Order: sequence, then structure tokens, then C-alpha cells
Amino acid sequence: MSNTFLGMPTLPVFGHGNLNATEPFPKAARRELANTQLRANLGHATHTIRDKRLKVVAELPDWEELRNAGSAIKNATMANLPALLEQFEANFTARGGIIHWARDAQEANEIVTDLIRATGETEVVKVKSMATQEIGLNEYLEEQGIAAFETDLAELIVQLDHDKPSHILVPAIHKNRSQIREIFLREMADVDPALTDDPARLAEAARKHLRKKFLSAKVAVSGANFGLADTGTLTVVESEGNGRMCLTLPETLITVMGIEKLLPSWTDLEVFMQLLPRSSTGERMNPYTSLWTGVTPGDGPQNVHLVMLDNGRTAALADEMGRTALNCIRCSACMNVCPVYERTGGHAYGSTYPGPIGAILSPLMTGIKSEENNSLPYASSLCGACYDACPVKINIPEILVHLRGEDVDSKRSKTKAPTQMDLMMKGAQWAFSSGSHLNLLEKGLPLGKLVAGRNKVIKKLPGLAAGWTQSRDIPAPPSQSFRQWWATEHQAPAGVEHPEGDQA
Amino acid sequence: MSARDDVMSRIKSALRDSPIAPEIPRNYSRTSTMNDEQRLEQLVDRLIDYKANVFVVAAGQAPVKLAELLAGSSSIVVPHGLPDSWLSGLPSIGGNDAGTVAVQVDSPERRLTVEELDAVDAVVTAAAVAVAETGTIMLDGSPSQGRRIISLVPDRHICLLQARDIVGLLPEAIARLDATAPQTWISGPSATSDIELERVEGVHGPRTLDVLILT
Repeated sequence: MSNTFLGMPTLPVFGHGNLNATEPFPKAARRELANTQLRANLGHATHTIRDKRLKVVAELPDWEELRNAGSAIKNATMANLPALLEQFEANFTARGGIIHWARDAQEANEIVTDLIRATGETEVVKVKSMATQEIGLNEYLEEQGIAAFETDLAELIVQLDHDKPSHILVPAIHKNRSQIREIFLREMADVDPALTDDPARLAEAARKHLRKKFLSAKVAVSGANFGLADTGTLTVVESEGNGRMCLTLPETLITVMGIEKLLPSWTDLEVFMQLLPRSSTGERMNPYTSLWTGVTPGDGPQNVHLVMLDNGRTAALADEMGRTALNCIRCSACMNVCPVYERTGGHAYGSTYPGPIGAILSPLMTGIKSEENNSLPYASSLCGACYDACPVKINIPEILVHLRGEDVDSKRSKTKAPTQMDLMMKGAQWAFSSGSHLNLLEKGLPLGKLVAGRNKVIKKLPGLAAGWTQSRDIPAPPSQSFRQWWATEHQAPAGVEHPEGDQA
Repeated sequence: MSARDDVMSRIKSALRDSPIAPEIPRNYSRTSTMNDEQRLEQLVDRLIDYKANVFVVAAGQAPVKLAELLAGSSSIVVPHGLPDSWLSGLPSIGGNDAGTVAVQVDSPERRLTVEELDAVDAVVTAAAVAVAETGTIMLDGSPSQGRRIISLVPDRHICLLQARDIVGLLPEAIARLDATAPQTWISGPSATSDIELERVEGVHGPRTLDVLILT
């Protein structure tokens, strides 16, 4: 294909759908933090999974080598993406699968709807999928008169409760067992009223609730964890068997997969199927993994479709500093270790993708100026725990800082007059550029002490700096600076020596 | 322009800086240093850890052990390529005593329906390969393992595994399998970690997994 012939498209073309923070992160976080039950649930869950992950990661002496390989494989995938997509397409198609391409969320939703309509069905069963969550497929199908039934336990909980997912692996991480029991008792028509909050009993209730649906379903919609270019194989990684049910029993299978989900070869799966389960659920291996290549005559769905989704992925790819965010394999290790996510939970981020990876992926896919997504790169203390935990070594803190820069740049171009921040930075530049400037400023310290008054604290700073004193006080400044103290101290009377050299 | 051409064109524009694809460092472990005995021991340990029931018997004892496991079951399904000899210990197929086990064979000529599969007590299959390090059993749809549906719908899966098909590490299993075969990798019975991130067994897949390792 010739780019010159077709004309160069203007990049980036951003994505749409459930990728936006609809209110600034600090505001959303403040609301979520007030929910003490949520904080208790999240604290318990994230700490449980951290411990499990550390234990199984420690079992592998070659963990770092696997991470290096995983990172390199994904970088190579992105560098060769056009050729790998063509190779994947040829292999998948040769075995009877049908590939559709979607520029954005709307187009993907329309394609899936048309495919379901063509079967004459009005119900579909669904395997948990981030891509379909991102494009808002369930809501779209509902508008079109098609009922989509989530079958993953956590997705089922969220769907029954008319709630939103808050974690990419465990969408109901914000609910504890007794809350789940209440939801089941309230929303499941056929539930045993004597249901307890024992997780095994709750899982059993879900089995009974969905069993008939599985056995009679004609159409399933899934996502995919990996697509293997050299064989045209798709992979779904799961635990409960709901994935196997959806991928095996129906006549028609429609999979929605982001274009970045490819791996160059079947052999590469040996790296990723070691990295993913240990990083996500803290297991040596997840209970079930399914692999299929187009259609297998007589075995599984005979109408196999795949929707290849852009929806802002090419925009992320065009950002040379940010493109490694596309290497993400959706394990959720970064959110499980994040001190911010652990306290605010996933809803505060607004986007389908929460936590550290969401804070970079969402603005990269939508553009930094979309709704309130420019607040997301600041939803981090830059402690780097996410980078350490990431199985494909995405340098999340570095990309967060890069996106903060993008945000500042995007605002700078809008306003001609210097902002408060500009003036403060100018002032700091002057103060720190020379010792005499700083000395001059430090002479003003007693003034701060005066402001602090008898309580010896400053409760409110003026202007932009007020943000700092919003939730804490500043102690009164000392009457002299370190530099002033040092100058006085070193004019000590002759004969008094420092004790360091003494032989005690 | 078609959506495909549009997306391809966007990708090529996005990569206008021509990033170099790095060499892949494959210095992670790709072959196990364990001997046969250690591999068996590790697999058993991992399977039990994930709540599978494990039995290690001499190959000749397979029919007896299988009959013992199926005591109390009235019907099973098997893929058409399962070795007949394994079933030879079952209480008189076609016999008239109360312990009779009805064996339904799923084959390309006679594919069982979902309802038929839902009605049986258990499925008995072979396995293609197993990974000791992760406790994973892999089915690839060959005649001794059957279609994916037969090892999914029944509530109990009894899987017979030849000890020679146990490898140490995942890369060794990948090297043995054909990617394009419909595969199911199984590590313990169906489970979920969705409630407070604690693993509990028994959701939609078979709730009982018995692994019979033949030495």
C-alpha cells in the first residue's frame, strides 16, 4: 500500500468511548476517599494480591530475563506492526475466520451489532473484555435491542448492581463478600434465599444463574489476550470456565481485539504465559487458557469473526515517548501496587483503564485535551512501584512526567499573559540563580514567623500556593536560615575543634 | 478508503520515525534441568496445590484405577480416540448389574449434543502434554482428547496423562504443540479470584478434576 497515493492522514486520530475522566481526578478522588467501606475493601484486596504476586514471582529465578524478553517482544511488535497485522490477517483468514476493521468505538459497535443481527439473535453471552468495555458495547447493544449477558463473576456482579467496573482484572474489587451476597439476593430471580456470603456459595450461585444461558447461547462476544501473527491464533486467558463456555458452545463467536495485542510468533507465548498469570492473579498459571485459529470444523463456533480496533491506539503509537504504553498486557499489577489506586479505587479515574497504566493510556488514546484527562497524569506520587511491577517494563513514571509536560504545553499555547505559576517559577529562577539573591530573600524569614503567630503554624497560603495548605499547615519558619546559622557557627572562638577527629 | 486501509495508513504514519525492532533476549530458562522423577513430583505438587485430585499408577493399572474412580457413576463420555484398554476395567459395559457405567462415545460421525453432555457424570480424556512447573495440563483436540466441548460441559473431568508427556517448563510444552490446533490449557478445576481476590474452586467449568498419571 502506498502512503503517497492515499495521502498521509493527519495524525493523531484520537479514540472515543469510555476513555475519559469526566471530572478532574482530585475532585473524583476526594469523593471516593470519603467512602470508608471502599477503602477497607480495596486495602484488603490489593494487599492480598500483592503478597500472592511476590510469592509466585520469587519462584522463578529467570523472572527478570522473562521481563526483558517480554519488553523486547512488545517493542518489536510495535516497530513491525503493519507487517505483523497483515501476516495475522492472512493466517486467520486462511483458516476460515473473518476479519473486520474498526477505526473507532462507534464503528466497532456497528460492526458487532450487524454481525449479531445477521444471526437473527437478540441475546449474546460475553466473556470479560476490556476492549468492549472501552467502546461501550453493552450500552450500544441495549439501545439496539440486543441483551448482552456478562458471564465473568465480577462483571456479573457489576452488571447486576448497575455499577461500573473499577479494576481491569477484578471489576468488582470494590465490593466485599457481604455486599455481593446482597446484590445476588436482590437481583438474581432464581437465587436461593438462604445464600450465605461464603465465596464458594456465591460462586455456586453464579454457576446456577448462568448455566442455562451458556447451554443455549447462539452468539458470544469476547476480547482476546494475544493474537499470534505467525499462526493467526487467538488466545483467551481466564479462570472460571465462562470463557471456555462462550468460546466453545455458541455457533457464532465475535472477538473484539485492539491492534496492539499481537505477538510476532507462537514461541513468544512461552514468555507471556509466564508473565501474565503471575502478574495478574498471582497464580503460576490461570485455570483455563483457550487458543483457536479461525474455524476448527466440528469443534467450537463455525462462524468466527474478529474486529480489529484502533480507537486511538494509533494516536498513542504516534507519541514516541508514550508508545510503550501500548505494550500493556492488562495484568493489573500496576494498580495493585499503586499507593494512589489503593486508596481512591478505579472509579476516580473515570476511564475504563484506571490506575497507573490508565493514567497514561487514557490521555495517550484520547489526546491530553479530552475532557478532564489532563488531570490523570498527576494522579501519581511518581514512586515507581508500577514500573517495578510491570511484567513488560513500561516506564510509567517517565510517561506520566512526559504527559504532564504535554498538559503544561497545551495550556501555555492558549494564554499570552503569564500565569501565577509562570510568575512563581520566574521568582524561583531569580532566587536560586545566585547566593546573594537567596541571602536577600532569607532576611525575610522572621516575617514568616510573625505571620504564623503564637500557634507557630501558617494555615493558609495565598493564591495558587493555597492548594498546598488545603489539607495541612506549614510550620512557622525558623528565625534564621541554615546558611545564616552556618555563617555564625563557623565564627566559633579559636581553639574549639570539631569532635569528629577525636580518639575516644 | 476502507477502514482497513485507513488504520494501516495511520499506523505507518505513527511509525514515521522508523523505530528499530530490538533483538529478543531469550536467555530465560527454556529447558528444564530436572530428571523424570523430579518433574513428576513437581507436577503432582502443583496439581494438588490447585485442588486437583492426583493419582500416580503404573500404566497397567489404569483400567483398575479408572474403574475405582468411576464407582458410583452411571454414565461417562469419552472421545473416540481414547484407548479402549483404559475402559476395560469398568463394570461390564452392557452388563446388567447395578454398577454398570454407560459409555457414550463422541466421534465425528456421532457428535453428542450439549444436553447429552450435560447429563453425564464425567468425561474421560487423555492429554497432549503437561507442564510440571505450573501444574498445567494441555489438550489439543486430537482423537484421544476430543472436541473442546466434551471436556467442558460434564461436571467432572478425569484426565489420563502419560508420565513421558510431562515436561518441566512452559517453553518445552510450546515446542511440542501445534499452535493452530484448538487448545485448552487446564490448571486445576474451574476457579475464581473475583471475591476479595481469594481463590475459590468451582464455577462454570468442571468442578472436579482428577488427574491419573501413568508411569
